[in-house]
Amino acid sequence: MVYTVVCQLCRSDGRGARQSAGRQFAAGPQRRAAKKLRQPPTDAAFQPQHLAPSLVDASTLRKGDVVLVEAGDIIPGDGEVLAGIASVNESAITGESAPVIRESGGDRSAVTGGTQIISDWLVIRIGADPGESFLDQMIQMVEGAKRQKTPNEIALAILLAALTIVFLLATVTLLPFSIYSVLAAGQGTPVTVTVLIALLVCLIPTTIGGLLSAIGIAGMDRLIQANVIAMSGRAVEAAGDVDVLLLDKTGTITLGNRQATAFLPAPGVDERTLADAAQLASLADETAEGRSIVVLAKERYNLRERDMHALGATFVPFTAQTRMSGVDLPDGRQIRKGAADAIERAVQQQGGQMSAAVRSIVDDVARQGATPLVVADAGRVLGVVQLKDIVKGGIKERFAQLRRMGIKTIMITGDNPLTAAAIAAEAGVDDFLAEATPEAKLALIREYQQGGRLVAMTGDGTNDAPALAQADVAVAMNSGTQAAKEAANMVDLDSSPTKLIRVVEVGKQLLMTRGALTTFSLANDVAKYFAIIPAAFATTYPVLDALNIMRLATPESAILSAVIFNALIIMP
Amino acid sequence: MTINSLLQLGFFVLVLVALVKPLGWYMAQVFSDRPVGLDRVLGPVERLIYRAGGVRPAEEMTWKQYAIAMLLLNVAGWGVLYALLRLQDVLPFNPQGLAAPDPDTVFNITTSFVTNTNWQNYGGETTLSYLSQMMGLTVQNFLSPAMGIAVLVALTRGIARRSAATIGNFWVDLTRSLLYILLPLSLLWALLLISQGVVQTFSPYVPAHLIAPTVDSAGAPVTEQIIAVGPAASQVAIKQLGTNGGGFFNVNSAHPLENPTTVSNFFETLALVLIPAALCYTFGKLVNDTRQGWALLAVMLLVFIPLLVGTTYAEQQGNPRFNEFGIDQTASALQPGGNMEGKEARFGITSSALWAVATTAASNGSVNSMHDSYTPLGGLVPIWLMQLGEVIFGGVGSGLYGLLMFAVVAVFVAGLMVGRTPEYLGKKIEAYEMKMASLAILVPPAAVLLGSALAAVTPAGLAGLQDGGPHGFSEILYAFSSYGNNNGSAFAGLTTDSPFYNIAGGLAMFFARFWIALPVLAIAGSLAAKKSVPVGPGTLPTHTPLFVFLLAGVVVIVGALTFIPALALGPVIEHLLLYS
Repeated sequence: MVYTVVCQLCRSDGRGARQSAGRQFAAGPQRRAAKKLRQPPTDAAFQPQHLAPSLVDASTLRKGDVVLVEAGDIIPGDGEVLAGIASVNESAITGESAPVIRESGGDRSAVTGGTQIISDWLVIRIGADPGESFLDQMIQMVEGAKRQKTPNEIALAILLAALTIVFLLATVTLLPFSIYSVLAAGQGTPVTVTVLIALLVCLIPTTIGGLLSAIGIAGMDRLIQANVIAMSGRAVEAAGDVDVLLLDKTGTITLGNRQATAFLPAPGVDERTLADAAQLASLADETAEGRSIVVLAKERYNLRERDMHALGATFVPFTAQTRMSGVDLPDGRQIRKGAADAIERAVQQQGGQMSAAVRSIVDDVARQGATPLVVADAGRVLGVVQLKDIVKGGIKERFAQLRRMGIKTIMITGDNPLTAAAIAAEAGVDDFLAEATPEAKLALIREYQQGGRLVAMTGDGTNDAPALAQADVAVAMNSGTQAAKEAANMVDLDSSPTKLIRVVEVGKQLLMTRGALTTFSLANDVAKYFAIIPAAFATTYPVLDALNIMRLATPESAILSAVIFNALIIMP
Repeated sequence: MTINSLLQLGFFVLVLVALVKPLGWYMAQVFSDRPVGLDRVLGPVERLIYRAGGVRPAEEMTWKQYAIAMLLLNVAGWGVLYALLRLQDVLPFNPQGLAAPDPDTVFNITTSFVTNTNWQNYGGETTLSYLSQMMGLTVQNFLSPAMGIAVLVALTRGIARRSAATIGNFWVDLTRSLLYILLPLSLLWALLLISQGVVQTFSPYVPAHLIAPTVDSAGAPVTEQIIAVGPAASQVAIKQLGTNGGGFFNVNSAHPLENPTTVSNFFETLALVLIPAALCYTFGKLVNDTRQGWALLAVMLLVFIPLLVGTTYAEQQGNPRFNEFGIDQTASALQPGGNMEGKEARFGITSSALWAVATTAASNGSVNSMHDSYTPLGGLVPIWLMQLGEVIFGGVGSGLYGLLMFAVVAVFVAGLMVGRTPEYLGKKIEAYEMKMASLAILVPPAAVLLGSALAAVTPAGLAGLQDGGPHGFSEILYAFSSYGNNNGSAFAGLTTDSPFYNIAGGLAMFFARFWIALPVLAIAGSLAAKKSVPVGPGTLPTHTPLFVFLLAGVVVIVGALTFIPALALGPVIEHLLLYS
């Protein structure tokens, strides 16, 4: 039908956007040099400068090849770390700017092609042939993702089709009826085909078809006022009908940075002493976590922030190897804070021990979904600082509001299920997906969509791209990766993840406007009957002029007015 | 409007509403397989029927099996009835020695009675033998409403069940509605009518000597009149209760032996809408929320009452042309006033108008006055009530399932306006249900408009007209509105026993019946398979006045948008010409 064509013309999302998202990925790791090693280093105590890599094109690397990457290099392909420890900027994949540690063994040994090493070096065994890498999988998933038509859209299409049939019947049968009437009245001429076409055009819901795109554009315009760029009106429309909201934990539900919330001293240590030491260790630490320790110590024990220079202290920065930071004071104190195992190793080197009591505190904190940070002074463990994801103020109320609107909220996080459950309970979301992989997110969205639900999601990383491409409403953060923005159908310029709630509101308004206009347009059709029927039968039944309640002067002017009115009403 | 008529109409509506709950409750018991009292007597009969028919009552059917069973019964019933009528001259119980009607007439009668339309293009007493009436028509009079109830109960189960594959057993639903609902009620009604003097006999027609002899058109003296009698009361009871409408006598319930007194008239009028109204409560009971049933009844009354008052008022206004002759048309103690043309003096304007509105609101089609003689606006109401799709009470079962199709569209429209996925009684209404509901809603108007259009321009169609001018058009429109919505009442003026009307009408009746019942069963199957969505903050409540007005609005607006042009050229023109 006419309006379907019109709608398709004004909607720009479809395969085009997804394919360009695919190209965006592919442009990454290609045509790049890699330092290939003949074989993995055998000597455990080797240094990178002693290795003799040969420079090759990254695209020639195959599964099993071994490469060396050093600070500033881009990792040439997916693989596993064989040796070394380094901080890696994975923002190209995850969209999160904080670098992560990658080292051999354990669960932090996997690296992804296209990410950049910031410090130190790694020896990597390539784990995927070209075409099988993480990015390639992402491309496949994005291209396989397909947005469904929204139920509301289908509803409207069916309703409009049914009404069109009704009006077609009413108009087509008017010709035989008028032939009979001319015969019966013995005067006048049957209605002309022109009049019938004019009547049909006025009646069938072409107006709504035309208005749909206008309403879509109006919705996009509203969103621009909220600093969200919508790629299509259809996306805004779908937003009004959303019933499942997938929200990234970090930055959306929580403040994004863990913050110190408690000092848990070791047996025999005063809590204030622990707070003092923790604050000293964090004075020069400019990370949000470090700042939060300083602030907490000040709040709890009124410990003033001290000047590093006045104390004559030297700052020991965080490195990938030591995985702890702290200060050395002139009086010989060496205060360190860091992960439990790192501190334990350091303490043991200095002849100390970490007591079972401290270990149980560490385990308790971890079980509650928080991160334990152990503080030690020289060989003595002072206690544990509890770092927690802080749930944003007011977010619980927003979720309650969404629940009242009939929208289910689901938190997506890479955390383990335990941590995720704790935060989900605190934030009051309906459900959560822990240890989320791109495949798991995509599967979750498809599962909900198969259940007839519309899914909205926010994301910023390349690993979000497949899910974004599948979600009915996908809002990418402006700070996110290009791939995420391409896969999404909206971009939030403020990069504020709670903006999704505003988008849903605008979508609802848009749907209501459309519903109101549909109703208005149909009610209007009754008025058009009153304009055209008396005009069409003016010569046959002059008495029918009693129905001409708008007192249109002549049959010609009546039909013209109806058609012109019909055309004008499309104009917004 | 006189006080008298307001009181009459008010009393009728009150009695109707008062009977809805007890009868509705009883029918709900029947379909919940709970003891109803009668099962002590009829239980063995029921089991015997199952055993004889090889029906395993515990075995449920999917919607497709259910639909096939329904169609099989119809095909078989159609064949038997066709054969019976065509062979009536050689079959027994034909004391008048009536000949077999023509094939096209029989095609029309058969389709008409199988589809619960009961359009009659013949005079019962001059065309059909006692056997044809009793074994042919009366059987279909019972089967067709029982089938309507069965389909409604299947749809109700579809709504009430969760993640189920089946919607009940057609044979069980049919048998139970026949045994526990239609038979006992008909028996009761037949006895009530006999007590009022409705005839019930197997004797041949009775000759009576005229007290005042007269002459016929040829001038020959007439001293004797043949009075047609027969087993009328039993057929009249089910014709009224089962929204059939096919009268035993040609003039239907205007005949003194079919409807002798005011009391019989009241009970016959009540029977027109009784089961359709009570089924609303049954529906509510079966979906475990009686408020839903009351809301649907409220929708029906919301459309019914204003139209009832409108027709009564239009008839009481009388004919403006009579005023030119100085005729007093005002109601007084001595005369009913208004337009008495075509109405029985026994009943007067209010009872006639009430019957006309009730018989076209319910898809009954029996008459106690001639609708052809109504004032243009008084006649517009019955036409339009049929065109609304026979959902204001409508046929037994079929009226309510038709209204539920509109409810599907209404929740859809509401969902569209607030941007929510629509639900009805906890079931998500999706594209499939919407398509089926649209189909069910579109088929009757298509049959009405296309049929009328064909009749208005073909010589065969025009041949049957009694009146020319716009009234002739109203007659055609009335006939096809009646065919296309399985009503069966006639504007009388039109002669429809011609091959054209027999075949075109037969096809319209066929489409209107089965192209609604099949989509309804499809929806029943699809809803049964769905999970139930718990009532949430996003749910549109469907028992509130808001929804009642919304649903009534959808019914009325669809009816108005489809039929305004056609009505404007028929009754509206007549009215304007009359007053110009």
